[in-house]
Amino acid sequence: MISLRINGNKYDVDVDPETPLLWVIRDHIGFTGTKFGCGIGECGACTVHIDGEPVRSCSYQAGDAQGTAITTIEGLSPDGSHPVQKAWVAEDVPQCGYCQSGMIMATAALLDEKPHPTDADIDDSITNICRCGTYPRIRKAIHLAANTKGEA
Amino acid sequence: MATSTLNRRSFLLSAVATTGALTLGISLTGCSEDQRPLSKNTEPQTFNAFISIASDDSVTIQVPCSEMGQGVFTALPMILADELDADWEKVTAETASADKAYHYKTGWDDQATGGSYSIAGWYAALRNVGAAAREMLTDAAAETWNVPASECVTNKAVVSHPMSGRSLGYGALVAAASKRTVPENPKLKSAEDFQIIGHPKSRKDTTAKVDGSAIFGVDVKLPGMLIATVKTSPTFGGMVKNYNEGAALAMPGVRGIVPVPAGIAVVADSYWQAHKAIDALDIVFDSGSNAEQNSEKISAELHKGLSEEGLVAHEQGKAKEAIAANDSNAVTAVYEVPYLAHACMEPMACTVDVRADSCHIIAPTQAPGEVRRLAEKITGLPLEKIKVDVTFLGGGFGRRFEVDFVEQAILASKAIGRPVKLIWSREEDIAHDFYRPASVVRLSAAFDKAGDGLAFDCRLVAPSISQRALNLPDSELDGAAVEVLREIPYGFANTYVDYVRKDLGVPVGWWRSVGASQNGFIRESYIDELAHSRGEDPYQFRRRLLGEDKRHLGVLELAAEKAGWKNQLPEGHFHGIAVVMSFNSYVAEVAEISIEKNGNLKIHKITCAVDCGTVVNPSIVEAQVVSAVVYGLTAAAAGEITIKGGAVEQSNFHDYPALKLSETPDIEVHLVKSTEPPTGIGEPGLPPLAPAVANAIFAATGKRIRSLPFSKNGMTLA
Ligand code: FES
Ligand code: FES
Repeated sequence: MISLRINGNKYDVDVDPETPLLWVIRDHIGFTGTKFGCGIGECGACTVHIDGEPVRSCSYQAGDAQGTAITTIEGLSPDGSHPVQKAWVAEDVPQCGYCQSGMIMATAALLDEKPHPTDADIDDSITNICRCGTYPRIRKAIHLAANTKGEA
Repeated sequence: MATSTLNRRSFLLSAVATTGALTLGISLTGCSEDQRPLSKNTEPQTFNAFISIASDDSVTIQVPCSEMGQGVFTALPMILADELDADWEKVTAETASADKAYHYKTGWDDQATGGSYSIAGWYAALRNVGAAAREMLTDAAAETWNVPASECVTNKAVVSHPMSGRSLGYGALVAAASKRTVPENPKLKSAEDFQIIGHPKSRKDTTAKVDGSAIFGVDVKLPGMLIATVKTSPTFGGMVKNYNEGAALAMPGVRGIVPVPAGIAVVADSYWQAHKAIDALDIVFDSGSNAEQNSEKISAELHKGLSEEGLVAHEQGKAKEAIAANDSNAVTAVYEVPYLAHACMEPMACTVDVRADSCHIIAPTQAPGEVRRLAEKITGLPLEKIKVDVTFLGGGFGRRFEVDFVEQAILASKAIGRPVKLIWSREEDIAHDFYRPASVVRLSAAFDKAGDGLAFDCRLVAPSISQRALNLPDSELDGAAVEVLREIPYGFANTYVDYVRKDLGVPVGWWRSVGASQNGFIRESYIDELAHSRGEDPYQFRRRLLGEDKRHLGVLELAAEKAGWKNQLPEGHFHGIAVVMSFNSYVAEVAEISIEKNGNLKIHKITCAVDCGTVVNPSIVEAQVVSAVVYGLTAAAAGEITIKGGAVEQSNFHDYPALKLSETPDIEVHLVKSTEPPTGIGEPGLPPLAPAVANAIFAATGKRIRSLPFSKNGMTLA
C-alpha cells in the first residue's frame, strides 16, 4: 500500500511501489489526461509536476513519490483557465492532442521558473515530442502565456 | 467515376482519387441506415444521420471521419453548419459510430479516413445535407405561419419572416421539419455568402485537448474492464514456439494469457502488471523463413531489380531510344530510400467487449467500417450486433488504417469473456508497423537542342502496399507505388516509367503521403540535377518546363516570391526548391539552410505555397502543412528503419528519433486563393520537403543527396 497526494487529494493504492507513477495515475487512480508515449523518458507525454518540478512519470517509481505533492493536467486548474491552457486555446495549438498534456505541464513548470523565457530557454527546456508538429504554435503560445501570466 | 462509388480496393488503388461534380444519394431518414440511435446526447431531436437539434437551437453534427489531428472534427461540421445556417458557437461535433450512413457518397464506399480525402470526399455531400435541412426547417416555419417559404430567411439557427416580424428557432421546428420530404436539389449558397466556410474558426476539440479530458484509445474505460498488452514475433513471419505460462499467471493481477497471431497477449488488472508478465512469459519464437533477412540484402535486391523488366506505368513515345541517341546530354542517377515507421504519438490501443450476442469496439481507428467487418468475421455475429465507436486518435498517418491491433483486442476479450483494453508498448509499435516501403529508383533524361525535355526514363523497384494489404495480383500495377514519378509534369516528349515489384518480407503500409513521400524526393531532387547539369537556375528551369501548367506554376512562383528566391541571401545561406502535386493539391516549398562550422545542417526556414482548391478552414490548413513539414523533416533528417535477422533494429524514440521543437525551422504557409473544389491537405505538404532541403544542401555544398536520411550522408541537424 502506498499513499500519494495528487491534485490536492490523498489516495491510498495497493500497488507494487516500483510501478511507474504514470500507470498508478492512469490505471489505479483513473486520471487519464497524463499520457503514455514511450515508457523510457524520451517523449514527455507523461509529464506531471512533483513538488512543482516537471517529471516524466513513466520513469519515476510511484513509491518514490510518497510524501510529495503531485499535479497532473487535471489539477493544473479547475476549469482549464491556467494561463498556459488559455494560451493553448488562443493559438489553437493541439492537433491530435495526445502530447499536449505533457507539453502544457512542461511549459507551466518552465514559466514558474522563468516567467519570460527566451526562444533559447524554450528550446532547452521543452524537449517533449509532438509527432503532429505543433511546435511553431507551441512556441507562440508559450510567449503568449508568458506575456499574459501576470495579468491573469 | 464521378457518379459511382468504389470499394476500398479500387479507391486506394487509384493513385489520385478524382473529384468533381457529384450526384448525391444521401438518405435523410430520421435514423441511421443501421437503425441505431445516433447522438450520444439524448435530449436533442435527431433530424437525420448527421444532424440533431436541441430545444435551445444548438446543433450536434455527426462527423463521419476520424479525428487524428487533421481537423475533420471542426472542418466537416463547418461545411454542414454553413449551409444549415446554424449558430457556429452552438455547434457540437461528435465522431460518428460505424454505420453505412457514413460511407462516402462518392469515390469510396466505406467509412474510413485516409487518402487526404475527408474534405474532398464530403464537401459536396455535407453542403447538400445542410442545405436540405435548412430548406426543410424553413418550409416547416412557413407552413406554421401560412406564408410562402420564399419570404422566410434563416440566420444562426432561427427562421424568420421579416414582413410579419415572426421568428422560430430550429429547436422548435425540428420535429415538424424532419418529417418533410427531403428536397433532392436544395439550393446551395454561393461562395460569397459563406459565413463559416473559409474562416479560421477555432477547433472544436481544443478545450478537451488542453485539460486532459479528451478520450483517446488508451483512455477508454468500461465497467469490469481488464487491460492487456502483447508481444509478437520480432521476426516478420515468425511464430510462437513455447512460453512459460505458469510464470506469468503466477504474477499479481494477471487474469489470462491469450494466443494472438504470431504472439501472446497478457490480460491483467493494469497495464504495468500485463507488461511485467509479458517478460515473465519468456516467449521463444520460431523465426521462420525471414530469419536471414537484413538491410544489406534488401538494398542489394532492390538494386538488382533495376535490371529486371517491370510493369509499365506510363509510356509515351520512345524514351529509351531517344536517350540512347542523345547519349552526350543524358543524365542518369539512382536514388534509394529506407523503410519508415509511423510512430504515432499514441501507441496502438483498442477496447473490446465481446459478449455472446454482441460486440462493442471502441477504437482509435481510421477504418471503422473495416473494424466492423473484421469483428463480424471473428465473432460470427451479425453486423447489426457489432457497434464500433471511434475515439480521438493520437495520430494516424496511415498506421491506424490497419486493424491488426483490433484483431488482437477482439481475440483477448472473446477468450477472457470480459471487456479488454489492449495497449501496445512503444517497442511493439516500432517493431510491428506497416512500413513506408524502401525503394530504389533509376532515372534518365535527355534534352533536345532547344533545351526542351526530349525523354524521361524511369524504373522504380519497391515492395507494393497494395499487394500486401489488398492482394493486388502480380499483373496489376500498384498506382500508389508510382505516383508523382508517373505524373511527371515537366513536358518530356517521350516518357517511360515502369515498376518492378519486390516482396522483401517486411510488411509495408500507407505512410503519410504514400508513394508521393519517396517519389517526390526522388523526382524533385533529380529535376534539380537536370537543372544544374544544364547550368540553369533550378527555379527558372522548372518554370520553363512547366509551360502552361497553371496550378503547378502558381504555387512554384508564389513560394519563390515569398521566400525571396531572387534576392541576395545572408552570407552562407542557400535555397532549395521543389514542387509536388499529390492528392490533387499542389505544394511548392523553398528551404533556406546553412552549413555550420562543425558541418551540421541548419534549416532556417521553409516557405510553403499551397493550392488545395477551396479552403474550408485556413488555420487548420496552415497547421496541416506545418505538420507535414515537421513529419517530413523528421523522416528526411534521421528516419530509417533497418532490418537485421528478419526483425526491425529500432525500438523506441531513442533510436527512431522525432524532430524536437529546437530543431524545427520557421515554417511559413501561403495559400493560393481558389474556387476550385477542395482537395487534400493532410498529406500534400510532405513530399516537397525532403527535396527542397536536399537541393539546398547541394547549393551549399555541391554534394547531391541521393539517399535518405540526411544523417546517413554525414548531415546532422543543428
Ligand atoms: S511516456 Fe514518459 S517520457 Fe514518454
Ligand atoms: S498534437 Fe499530436 S502529437 Fe502533439
